[in-house]
Amino acid sequence: MSDLLQGLPMPDFSVADPSSRDGIVLQGVTKSFQGRKILDNFDFTIERGETVVIIGRSGEGKSVMLKHIVRLLNPEAGNVWIDGEDITHMNTKRLFEVRKRFGMLFQGAALFDSMTICENVGLGLKEHSGLSAEEIRIRACECLAQVGLDKVEDKLPSQLSGGMKKRAGLARAIAMRPDYILYDEPTTGLDPITSDAINDLILQLQAELNVTSIVVTHDMASAFKIADRMAMLSGGRIIYAGSVDHVKKTGHPVVRQFIEGSAQGPLSVF
Amino acid sequence: MTSLIASIGRGALDNLAAAGRGTVLLLDILRQLPHVWKMRSEILEQMHIVAVGSLPLVLTTSVFVGAVTAVQAVYQMQAYVPMKFLGTIISKSVFIELGPVLVALVVGGRLCANYAAELGTMKVTEQIDALEMLAIDPMRYLAMPRFVATFLMLPVITVFADGIAVISGYFVSVATMDVTVSTFVEGLRMYFDVADVASGLIKSFFFGAIIALSGLFFGLGTKGGAEGVGNATMMAVVGSCLSVLVADYFLAMLLFQVVFNK
Repeated sequence: MSDLLQGLPMPDFSVADPSSRDGIVLQGVTKSFQGRKILDNFDFTIERGETVVIIGRSGEGKSVMLKHIVRLLNPEAGNVWIDGEDITHMNTKRLFEVRKRFGMLFQGAALFDSMTICENVGLGLKEHSGLSAEEIRIRACECLAQVGLDKVEDKLPSQLSGGMKKRAGLARAIAMRPDYILYDEPTTGLDPITSDAINDLILQLQAELNVTSIVVTHDMASAFKIADRMAMLSGGRIIYAGSVDHVKKTGHPVVRQFIEGSAQGPLSVF
Repeated sequence: MTSLIASIGRGALDNLAAAGRGTVLLLDILRQLPHVWKMRSEILEQMHIVAVGSLPLVLTTSVFVGAVTAVQAVYQMQAYVPMKFLGTIISKSVFIELGPVLVALVVGGRLCANYAAELGTMKVTEQIDALEMLAIDPMRYLAMPRFVATFLMLPVITVFADGIAVISGYFVSVATMDVTVSTFVEGLRMYFDVADVASGLIKSFFFGAIIALSGLFFGLGTKGGAEGVGNATMMAVVGSCLSVLVADYFLAMLLFQVVFNK
């Protein structure tokens, strides 16, 4: 634990029997890059149906944590359970079955730039659904309409603006009707109006699809608007978790400094 | 002195580790071969990129390889060897060595740069993670089609290059060097051996595998941003060219001292 957290209460997310509960459980997850521990014995739980927003400074491991949930990164120690199933050591075939229950919006949208938007959105369906090309196109257009995109299906990603790319990435994430959606910095790099439109879209999808959403961001306006529960990641662990109201009122010095965006406080700027 | 030894040791270990990762990649790709039929449209698309896309480059290379072989052969033969052997020398040089190796070097450079830059960019922009999130194995979807296409099409390109180089050598010999058509054709037919063509083609299959593996290995291993993609592309081309030249020696030993040894 880093010095600045000494003496402060730490939330406890340890679960006695993760194999017997729904939702996502991370226990004792540790990951290092170039000798630096990014996640350090990281524990966290996410309930089915909630929208959890993970906040934290850049480079603190928010995206790393997100990638561990779907094993895009493998932990050095610890385990990840999805709906009671430990994915840490499962074979690739089974892992792909688990991933079919997830959609992910990447930071830069990560659209396949050699494919049209329709092909991007329909790729998962083409590979796994057995639907005809026409049915896939109809479904892709429905998903694009759901995120407010119209008449872009035959365009290439390079022909879209940043906000439209995020929407198309979101359409791809929901095309397989996932149970969970992971959002990696959904509003980063967007203007405030487009950011707010993306926030509304996340809330709308939450209401329409009843998915579990895990959002990592350092955009506080976005976090306060969409979260059911917020958690702050610092020093490789969750140092604080609570509802939006609790976070807004907390006296935790590190969380306060972060949500106020102040250079003065326990977190050093450089 | 200690640091020199340490850096040599580190380099050796790094290379060993890379060789291990390359072998794992090859096995991962080979494990995807049962999906060839499912991936046929992607494989055909890659075959088009490998073969049709390389034709202008191969055509230019082959024309000048044939021409310069003819000029050099005439220069070296003129005082010692009858001109009736000119066709023999040009065809054997092209079929056994120049065709397969030069095609592997020029087409390999093109393909390795293509694969490493494309996959490297996909890696650093999280497109490969996005594929995995759609439960699509990048080995099946990206690596295997490129590997199969390169492996199968490099020998085809080599046959084309061999033909163009010999025709080019023929025209240069007849048009500029006082060699008659019948003399050239007689030399070409006199010592023609199917084993010469076969050895070149066998080498091409191996070169195709090396080229694809190098491009895929460095592309999929890209780290960082634009600089990482640049480094991966450079390493892929260098790795492919060096591996082709090293493999050429061992394949020559195997083919001409064991397989086709008369």
